[in-house]
Order: sequence, then C-alpha cells, then structure tokens
Amino acid sequence: MITYLEAIREAQARALADDPRVYIYGQDVGAFGGAFKATKNLAQEFPGRVLDSPISEDAMVGSAIGAAIEGMRPIIEMQFADFSTVGFNQIVNHAATLHWRTNVPCPITIRLPSGGTAGAGPFHSQSMEALYAHYPGLIVMTPATVEDAYSMLLEAVAIDDPVIFCEHKYLYYHLKADALPTEAMPTGKARIARAGRDATIVTYSAMVHESLACAEELALEGWEIEVIDLRTIKPLDTDTVLASVARTGRLLAVGEAFPWGGVTAEILARVATEGFGLLDAPPMRLNAKDTPVPYHPNLWGTHRPTAKTISARMRDLLRL
Amino acid sequence: MLQTTEVPSPLAEPSAFRQTFFAAYRWMLLARLLEEKIASLYRGGKIIGGVFLGRGQEALSVAVGMALQKGDIFAPLIRDQAGRLAFGESLLDCTRTYMGSRLGPMRGRDGNVHRGRPREGMFAMISHLGAMIPAVVGALLARRFRGVTGTVGATCLGDGATSTGAFHEGLNMAAVEKLPLIVVVANNQYAYSTPNARQFACEDLVDKAVGYGVTGHRLDATDLETCLRVLNKAVANARDGGGPQLVVASLLRLAGHGEHDDAHYIDDRLRESRLGLDCLKVAEQRLLAEGWADESALHGLENNAQRQIDEAVATTLREPAPDPNVEDWCALATRHLSESSHAE
Repeated sequence: MITYLEAIREAQARALADDPRVYIYGQDVGAFGGAFKATKNLAQEFPGRVLDSPISEDAMVGSAIGAAIEGMRPIIEMQFADFSTVGFNQIVNHAATLHWRTNVPCPITIRLPSGGTAGAGPFHSQSMEALYAHYPGLIVMTPATVEDAYSMLLEAVAIDDPVIFCEHKYLYYHLKADALPTEAMPTGKARIARAGRDATIVTYSAMVHESLACAEELALEGWEIEVIDLRTIKPLDTDTVLASVARTGRLLAVGEAFPWGGVTAEILARVATEGFGLLDAPPMRLNAKDTPVPYHPNLWGTHRPTAKTISARMRDLLRL
Repeated sequence: MLQTTEVPSPLAEPSAFRQTFFAAYRWMLLARLLEEKIASLYRGGKIIGGVFLGRGQEALSVAVGMALQKGDIFAPLIRDQAGRLAFGESLLDCTRTYMGSRLGPMRGRDGNVHRGRPREGMFAMISHLGAMIPAVVGALLARRFRGVTGTVGATCLGDGATSTGAFHEGLNMAAVEKLPLIVVVANNQYAYSTPNARQFACEDLVDKAVGYGVTGHRLDATDLETCLRVLNKAVANARDGGGPQLVVASLLRLAGHGEHDDAHYIDDRLRESRLGLDCLKVAEQRLLAEGWADESALHGLENNAQRQIDEAVATTLREPAPDPNVEDWCALATRHLSESSHAE
C-alpha cells in the first residue's frame, strides 16, 4: 500500500532521477525530509539537489524564477499553503507574468500542503487555490487521489508554466492505493469519480471523498448522485461539468475554501451562463464558513463541509 | 569574514584606465541623450505611460554594466539606461519598448523600463522593488547546479528598496549560499518623495552588509573613476568566490521620479551639495582636464550619439503597434492548457 504522501515523495524521487534540471528547495526539506516527510531521504539519494532554504518564501519563489530562466525545473515546497502568501508577489506578479511578458517560460512547481486537519488552526489549514487560479499565467492542480498525487506532480514538473500544486494534508495519511499508476488522465481533464443521474456534485481535493460519502449515503435513499473530481481547477474542465449537468439537471458545487468568490462560485457562474437551460433547479454550492479556520476539532469539523452537511444540502437540492 | 584574493585590476594600468573611462563616458553620454529624446517624445505625446530617467545616476549605472561581462546576469532597475547600454542592450530595445513597437522585446505587452531579454542575461524587472534580487540569486544557483563557474549576477535598486522584505530575503539567501551576487544600491536620498529619514534609521545603508555577512562598499557616485574602481572591485570579489557584495552609492537623482514629477521636494541644500553634482559634467571636465579629449572630440561624440538615437527613433516610429486582433491573448507557454474564455 502507498499513501498520498508517499506518492508525492515518489513522484519527486522520479522527477529528480529522470531530469537533471529538477531540484527541490524549501524549509527543512533536506536531511530532515520536510515537515511532513514529503522529501524523506531525497537529500541523501540526490546529493546537492534537495536544499534547505531560509524562512524566505518570497526569495524561495523568486529564486525558482531565476533558476527557471536559466533552464532549471525547480520544485518549491511551501511548508504550509498558508505561508505561500509571503511569496504571493513573486508567484502572481513575477512567475505568472514572465512568459507573457518576455516569451521565456517559467517551469516551476510550487507545492502547497493545503486544507484543514483537526487542531491545525487558522494559519496551517487554508485552501489557497482560488487566489492563485484568479491570476492569468498559473496552472492550479488539486489532486484528490493517490494516483493523481503521483502522476499530476510529475506532470506539474514537466509543464513549461508555473504550477501551483495543492496537495491536501488530510489526505496525506488517510488515502492509500495498492500501487503507483502507470498511466494518467491528461492534465486539465476532470474525472467522473462516481456516475449518477439525479444530481451532480462538482468538487476537488479532499471534498471529493466527503462528496463520495454523501453519494453513498443518498444511494441508500435511492438517489444516484454523480461526483465529478475536477483534478485541476485551472484550467477548469467546463465541458465535463456541463455534460454531467445535462444528464442530471441539478448542480451542487462543493469546496473547502472560504465562501466569497472562489472555485464553487466560478463553477456556478459557468453553468448558469453556459448551461442555464440544462438546469431543473437553481444551482447550489457549499463551502467552508466565512471565518478563519478554527483550531478546536469541534469547531473545525463544522467549519468545513462534511459528508453530512453535503448530504443535507443535496437533499435540499433534490427537493427543488 | 570572507576572504578575497587581490587580482590585478584591469584599471591598474593608466592607458587601460583611460580607455575604460572614455568608453564609460560615451555610454553615459549616449544614455543621457537617449533619455532626453525619450522625455521629449513623452512630452510630445508619442509615449504612453511613464518615463523614468537616470539623470545623475549614469556614472554608477555605467560602472555596473561595464564591470559585468558577456555571460553574466544583469537585473537593472529604472535608472539604469547607461548600464543597460554598456551591458549590451540595443537602442532599439529601449525605443521600441517605450514606444510600444510590436517588434520590441516586450511586444507592447509591457513598457518603458520593464524590459529585458532574460535568456541573454538581461532580466526584465517587475515593478515590485527588491523582487529581482531573489531572481538573480536563483539564476546563480542554477549555474552552480550546472557547474558553470566564473560568472556573476548584479542587480540595482534604490534606497527605498532596502526597506522591502524581498531585499532582506534575497540578500540573506545569497549570503547563505555564498553566491556571486552584486547588489548595487543607488542611495539618491529619496524614494519617490520620501526622504531617507523616513525610510531607514541606520547611520549608513552599507552598515547592513555586516548584518548579512557580506562585503560592503561605499562610494561617491558623482565621480566616474570612483564608480569604475569600486564596481570593478566588487564584481571581481564576487567572481573570485568572495560571496555577495553590497555596494551603496551616494548621489542625487537630477530628475523627478518620473517625467510627471517636478521633484520640488528635493532639498535645495542637497542640490547645492557635492551630491548634486552632475556626474556626466564631472566626467567631461575630467576628460578635458586630463587632455584625454578636446572640445571638438566631445562635440563629435555628441553628434555621433545623437545620430544613432535619431535613427533608432525614426526606425521605431515606422514600426507597427500591437494589434489586439492578432494578439493571441494566451498567458501560458503550454497553450493547450489555456482556458477558452468563459467570462471575458
């Protein structure tokens, strides 16, 4: 069995082995192996190519841009997605604009350990994907499975553009697969995680699993819920979403991020503008609450959507 | 502290120094006249957006450009026309970017001083101050990975940029990795309109070098010879494994922040002090006093520079502007991952 976290480690090991242009830079990623052990033993296996950085997120990203100009393919590990805000300027103003301005590609991968875990609190729990997706010039990946964590990270390193790789910390240990994948779906293509005919849930990352649990629960009541795993939120596979809504007539978009704007709002906007006639009921969405992410498990468990709250919202939708 | 080995300076020999000084003066003159032309085109409505001049900072800037070699990395800032020319930027790259020609390196997508050719070692600045330091650090790191030795990277900034997080992060990172980085601070006493007293509280910005564990250099940047010697030494130190170099130059900007700004806030006492000297005039007087050039030779240089500038501007004026109908509006290098427009 291999975990989601091990898949990320294995993808980096393979990227380092396959391509001399790849290196890893981040806080504690060297001999220590990273705060979550996503780079465990990589510094020993690839001497000189897995380097501890100072606590300098701006310079970590800025240096990756300069290295990419010189032909390298850096992987930057943010210790937590939350800390990427310190490197925000370099990501959105420098990396994201470089190719468009100068015609020089910027192939950097920035790993963001994302999302909530019980007890992590306001500054170690955030989901930043919508912020980055807002900016032209970035690709934003949000893998929900062990297989995608592996193959999409390899793809991220191979892509000639800056990729924000949002790996979910809750999935690190909770998700296991029998083996690493030998083939992968193309980047930018959503996956139908569960087929159904009565309503569509469009989601990504850890919420795919909460949504699948919701579908399982509602199946006991006779409902067939389709669950779409977006895989990348930018580009967003609108065609697959619209095709699903065409089959089911009902849409619920679920995300773990804050409610204002964001991925679920984008999904609803696209379906409402491009697929209004496909809808049999008003499209709905479910997000985290509009407060910082709380520390205590009692509060945290209610702050973000869960199978239970998704099911409740889905029952509302099915009644409309 | 870091050990540096003394290498024979290319400026040690009098005739070599004279040639370098003369070449530097020519770049400074070309930069000054080019920028005067750019300012005139701006006033005439031929340039859209901002115009930012390096008047008074040419000696420092040219010394950076000349101390660097082909294969080095240079990330200039807004007052580095002289350094850009000395490093190898063409007049057309300047005029085309300012005038928005489709044939320029930025193709109308970015303008004025936000230009470069990153693959040729000339990085294209973003407006966020200090941000280019980490980029140069990364480029030098990449060269270390690839086993490239003997090259350096330099970047320029002003006194205001030393207050940014990027300055701290970038210089500290370079020091930790002992990279051959030269950070050149043009302390022109004001960040836009904010005087130094509102910007930092240390006695002298060069004192920061000690805090970062890098070598510091202080100089009077109204004097071309000083600039050439100090920059040459700083670059040589970095090239020889001496680690990052922080160069802090004192001078005054003899223009507004941009051409929209009359710089009324600059203290008259500063203008009348040694800092207010025009480095180009000081260099010209030196050329005449030493007998390295006479009035007619200087006149010839000016005519020659003016002719080159007029040619570049005339060429650029005939060139096509960017066309929104043929612009591809794609921000990604991986074109197939570009989203078709859903909400534009």
